[in-house]
Amino acid sequence: MINFSEVMETNAMIEKENLDVRTITLGISLLDCIDSNLAECCRKVYDKITRAAKQLVATGREIEGEFGIPIVNKRISITPAAIVGSACCKSTKDFVKLAETLDAAAKEVEVNFLGGYSALVSKGMTQADRLLMESIPEALAVTERVCSSVNLGSTRTGINMDAVRLMGSIVKQTAERTADKDSIGCAKLVVFCNAPDDNPFMAGAFHGVTETDAVINVGVSGPGVVKKALESARGKDFGTLCETIKRTAFKITRVGQLVAKEASKRLGVPYGIVDLSLAPTPAVGDSVAEILQEIGLEYPGAPGTTAALALLNDQVKKGGVMASSYVGGLSGAFIPVSEDQGMIDAVQAGCLTLEKLEAMTCVCSVGLDMIAIPGDISAATISGIIADEMAIGMINQKTTAVRVIPVIGKGVGQTASFGGLLGYAPIMPVNRFSCEAFVDRGGRIPAPIHSFKN
Amino acid sequence: MNKAIITVVGKDQVGIIAKVCTYLAESSINILDISQTIVSGYFNMMMVVDTAGAKKEFGSVSSDLENLGSEIGVIIKAQREDIFDMMHRI
Repeated sequence: MINFSEVMETNAMIEKENLDVRTITLGISLLDCIDSNLAECCRKVYDKITRAAKQLVATGREIEGEFGIPIVNKRISITPAAIVGSACCKSTKDFVKLAETLDAAAKEVEVNFLGGYSALVSKGMTQADRLLMESIPEALAVTERVCSSVNLGSTRTGINMDAVRLMGSIVKQTAERTADKDSIGCAKLVVFCNAPDDNPFMAGAFHGVTETDAVINVGVSGPGVVKKALESARGKDFGTLCETIKRTAFKITRVGQLVAKEASKRLGVPYGIVDLSLAPTPAVGDSVAEILQEIGLEYPGAPGTTAALALLNDQVKKGGVMASSYVGGLSGAFIPVSEDQGMIDAVQAGCLTLEKLEAMTCVCSVGLDMIAIPGDISAATISGIIADEMAIGMINQKTTAVRVIPVIGKGVGQTASFGGLLGYAPIMPVNRFSCEAFVDRGGRIPAPIHSFKN
Repeated sequence: MNKAIITVVGKDQVGIIAKVCTYLAESSINILDISQTIVSGYFNMMMVVDTAGAKKEFGSVSSDLENLGSEIGVIIKAQREDIFDMMHRI
């Protein structure tokens, strides 16, 4: 039987160390909503989402109450909208109408974000893909809860540099359209290389075309729990350090597995994967940066940071795969700047730069995330940053992403404030030398040699 | 059997166990095990209970106990046993 100290340990994790289930994300296939008539397509989309997700929020609350574990977000991911709208959206305005429908459906079922206003263009863009991408600035300005993502490359296909060039300019336009709110539109827009089909985390969640009709994916978190556990390993060797992280990741993931199974049972929807990411929030004690400090760095960004992050990411995965039969999504350590107080402190102390963050993305689970940059940075430079990150993903066969926010009207030394889970971010300097001629070449970067495994 | 764990943490005073047990009896919840300690004036109790015959949904038992806790001035949590089992048993 469970003993006293085990119960106390679990509850201390929840109450003192911010252990939570970060999100239950219901993936919904909208492939059967495709219609050549826009109004009809929107009606089907609205009906399907509101029907499928009717009980999602209530079920999440029930599970929270019964197990005593907070479930912070209840969200929805859908089939990439470029596919759903391909038959009826003949202009960017048509796609914006679809985005508004998604926003209305998200509000009706009370989820805080809906992901999947997306296009998968790692090799080429269809007319619909291009229209969707061009509609993103308007769509993110007129909606509140819709999140957008674009997959620009993969290890199998190489990098679509035409799309990379286009997205540099789309990111800039999205910033301009939401300039009055510190360019918050860009916080809901992410570009990927090797985007996973089953990621439950925003802004990059979408319901892949290889998925079933509806599926429950759960994202767990708990950087505070790992930090606390590592306090007992101070001064010990790497073997002990790694073992401690692994054990803690195991425990955290087990909670995710339990919640995923319960949600699946109660909603009558199969369970897909548990994503065992350490996802920080701006709250003190809920920080990946603090784990890196506990491992022995004065601030993240100091020499040794990439090695420390590499071992952290790997041990989280090792502990997690033991704990759940189906692990997927992004699974690892997130290193967003604005959502992590320790990262913000490191930037403000002058320890963490964009270039060091780029190095860290070679070994973290995602990429350059929630980084505020000066608003006068050119679209070409943003494309250059994106291309670098895509190349890291393509060559290393991992998911990489870019979610940068060019804060219109602000520069280095100032701060952008996004509120809530998105936090605030000091604006970081960007290398000002030009990459325009490189970005303007157009075409594709071919797939790397190790993609040919047939 | 439908096992749940009830924990009570707070400043020690007369009648904590009595009040919790009275509520459980009235709700037809059977107590399987109780362990309790006092560490420097702080009351720590864990109960293993069976809610299979309970008159109420588990959600309302949990919120009733939470309210009872705030009346007494202690923190009472009722959670399904599965969360602890999952975390601490393979």
